[in-house]
Amino acid sequence: MTTYEIVVGIECHVELKTKTKLFCGCAAEFSDDPNRRVCPVCLALPGALPVVNRQAIEYAVKAALALHCEVQPFSRFDRKNYYYPDLPGAYQITQMFHPIAKGGYVDIETTKGSRRIRLNRIHVEADAGKLLHASGGIGGAGGTLADDNRASTPLIEIVSEPDLRSAEEARVYGEKLRTILEYAGVSDVKMEQGSMRCDANVSVRPKGDPVLGTRAEIKNVNSFKALERAVNYEADRQIDLIEDGGSVVQETRGWDDEKGVSISMRLKENAHDYRYFPEPDLPPILLDPERIKGIGLTLPEMPEDRKSRWIKELNLPACDSEQIASSRFSAELFDRTVALGADPKTAANWIMGEWTRCVRVKGIGMETEPVKAEHLAALLGQVSAGKINNKQAKEVFEEMFDTGEAPEQIIQRKGMVQVSDTGALDAIVQQVLADHPKSVEDYRNGRTQAIGFLVGQVMKASKGQANPGLANQLLAAALEAMK
Amino acid sequence: MNQSISAAEELAALTAHDASCRLAEGTVSSVQLTQLMLDRIAASQNNAFITVNPKALEEAAAADARRQKGEARGPLDGIPMALKDNISTQGLRTTCASRMLAEFVPPYSATVARRLSEAGCVLLGKLNMDEFAMGSTSENSYFGPVRNPRDPQRIAGGSSGGSAAAVAENLAYFTLGSDTGGSVRQPAAMCGVMGMKPTYGRISRYGVVAFASSLDQIGPITKDAQDCALVLNAIAGKDPYDGSSLMNPLPDYLDALKDGAAGLRIGIPKEYMGEGISEEVRMAVERVAGLLEAQGAIVETCSLPRTEYALSAYYVISSAEACSNLGRYDGVKYGYRTQAYANLAEMIEKTRSEGFGDEVKRRILLGTYTLSAGYFDAYYKRAQQARTLIMEDFRKVFRQYDVLLTPTSPVTAWALGQKHANPLEIYAMDVCTVSVNVAGLPALSLPCGTDSQGLPIGAQFIANTLGEAVLLRAAAAAEKGGKA
Ligand SMILES: [Zn+2]
Repeated sequence: MTTYEIVVGIECHVELKTKTKLFCGCAAEFSDDPNRRVCPVCLALPGALPVVNRQAIEYAVKAALALHCEVQPFSRFDRKNYYYPDLPGAYQITQMFHPIAKGGYVDIETTKGSRRIRLNRIHVEADAGKLLHASGGIGGAGGTLADDNRASTPLIEIVSEPDLRSAEEARVYGEKLRTILEYAGVSDVKMEQGSMRCDANVSVRPKGDPVLGTRAEIKNVNSFKALERAVNYEADRQIDLIEDGGSVVQETRGWDDEKGVSISMRLKENAHDYRYFPEPDLPPILLDPERIKGIGLTLPEMPEDRKSRWIKELNLPACDSEQIASSRFSAELFDRTVALGADPKTAANWIMGEWTRCVRVKGIGMETEPVKAEHLAALLGQVSAGKINNKQAKEVFEEMFDTGEAPEQIIQRKGMVQVSDTGALDAIVQQVLADHPKSVEDYRNGRTQAIGFLVGQVMKASKGQANPGLANQLLAAALEAMK
Repeated sequence: MNQSISAAEELAALTAHDASCRLAEGTVSSVQLTQLMLDRIAASQNNAFITVNPKALEEAAAADARRQKGEARGPLDGIPMALKDNISTQGLRTTCASRMLAEFVPPYSATVARRLSEAGCVLLGKLNMDEFAMGSTSENSYFGPVRNPRDPQRIAGGSSGGSAAAVAENLAYFTLGSDTGGSVRQPAAMCGVMGMKPTYGRISRYGVVAFASSLDQIGPITKDAQDCALVLNAIAGKDPYDGSSLMNPLPDYLDALKDGAAGLRIGIPKEYMGEGISEEVRMAVERVAGLLEAQGAIVETCSLPRTEYALSAYYVISSAEACSNLGRYDGVKYGYRTQAYANLAEMIEKTRSEGFGDEVKRRILLGTYTLSAGYFDAYYKRAQQARTLIMEDFRKVFRQYDVLLTPTSPVTAWALGQKHANPLEIYAMDVCTVSVNVAGLPALSLPCGTDSQGLPIGAQFIANTLGEAVLLRAAAAAEKGGKA
């Protein structure tokens, strides 16, 4: 039986989070109100002309540098001509002949080890608008409405080489790309909201065969998990086809995640002739090495670098480092908390534990910085100084997360002082001993673990405010004295 | 002739700068000038206007009020003018002489329209043209052909035929046209007025409905060089809304008028004076050379050997860009939409079949063909290579000459309908003007006499990049020599 190899290349569209659109002054932000963020330029009214948004070019360069690409000193826009009602000018402004960056790579780690995935290019282009189909669709009774709020918002397309060899690699590549772009700060990179869209070119071939098989392009993938499923499905479909004596046809297929299948959208024979030619309304983009260097200086420390630094300098376990570095927001929170004096391992535990849990459960965007490093460091300081216990600290953390208040304020407001005063605790200890003669008896009879129950009772009686170490100490002394 | 009629004729025939003096003296008001123009437009039979601005008198009254308060804005304040109908005007329909945009009212104004309005000009209306500026006769208009005021049985030239005819018939003190392959200069020549095509990027294209983006340039059509300089002063310069507009500092173009021809180095490229140029046109151009030589200019014959490629390169590039620029007229958002259709493809197809005229369709087909996969290298790419060679030719001759002198059109205005069946013959008539657009250079057409039938002849000056001032210098000197 033939063993097959899966070959995948990914084209990833990433929306740049610039203030304004790529070629006009309209705000590049989402609006529920259709055709609210539009002007003569992005509506392609007769006579309107595009002007390039410098911030978009800088973001594209930043992304390219973060992905180790060669930024091109000369690049240019081209027109891709086709008719569709969501494309106001009947052409998309993109970069066909001279993209802004070439080459580059992404290092990925999977269960099979680490691999370097090469990139082919990055180019800048304008997004299209959206169509809202009433029942009946285009031309039908229900009609179709066009909303151009999204038209002309800036995108970069990151095109990988066909270097990926499994569905898992495709998913991990996508996730890694997201992490790197999030670090670069150029995009929200949210698959679910469409600010990152991955299309996968999938083919199969007998293992060892140097020739690439016929590929199908899979579109409409809305999450990285869906990407993995879609690639697996497509590879299986193609292998089945070949095993049954058929052959793969070049086509575009749409992924239906609910049904777990893909459906043919367009065959290659029906592909458009886009009649690409250089955009005559826009001068070329000229980037001198100084400017490229300057843009590079605005990049933060990237995940790989942080990981190795933490392992080397902070003795942080590799798996902790990996997890915290996977998001720029957790990485920055960690670095800042540690810089404020927190113990690295403790800080890491809190970020991987409570912080991650709260982000997930509450559905709060990490980018909104729900917990400041100063507050987290202060909270850990309170715990290590014995002022509050761990249980209290978790309660304070959640409160901090919800309100943004400083931990000291929350502790004070809640009257959450750890009772470390021997006198105050002594009374409680005596009361607990008096109330639980059975446990005292057990202890006397050598069942020393009974002290654990008694400590719990002291904590309860103090409404959680007792210093548990001190309570243990006092109980032990009292019980010894009673022997 | 009745005295008041001849006084009105005299007032209408004034140059913009003379009219400006009368306004400054207070001997005439903007409302009077505007009413005079509106009356003449209403009486004209030459179809130069597509739309008259209903607010023209209102704008004139505002100009008069400013002047009364001592707040006149400058030499063009209160001067009535008109714009080619491919220049967007907020609230006033902008048709491009096409059925496709016959009812289209832009929600914004072109930068040139805005700048003239800020200078105080009164907008009389919008001028007839070849549909989407495609043509050299102004016969390809959904609103009917423009007639030449010098002989109404003849073409006014094109595509800015209405702009040239309006100035020639004294229906406006000046107008703006657009020039993609000679569309300002050739009708100016045929109607006996002055037309300038500035350097590509010198004047904003924002709001000017695109024909061929890398070639289009707005230009003034005026009665003399001084008016041309005045209008240029008002409209030229960097526009943040046009990425291809140039940053270079602006001179005061009026300064150039006084310099005279002494020492001016003039080249006459032999390729522009040979076969296909009518004898009468050639002689008229040589007369201009003689006038300037008499004033101390140095006139020599020179050569632009790649001239023969210009016409083909021009038609390939302009059609390619046009087919893309005109894709947006699909009936979805604005403009004409066909009545009945079963689906999206049919809607677009029928809308475009019914909305565009024959010449526009011809260019779209040409452009679609030359950009198609497999043909791109053979046509578009080679045309761009030819473009580079043509630019090189010019760069070389401009090391030796300040300005080149050629005919604007090989022949004078022909009869309406005469060449309509033969588009290639009409294309060939652009031979003297297209190189300038292909190379992005400035050029100016100057009226230089008439042929034996009394039809105007135009001489063309071509200058190096941003050489508008030297064009005006040569033109002013030639005007002076012509009067002497
Ligand atoms: Zn816009």
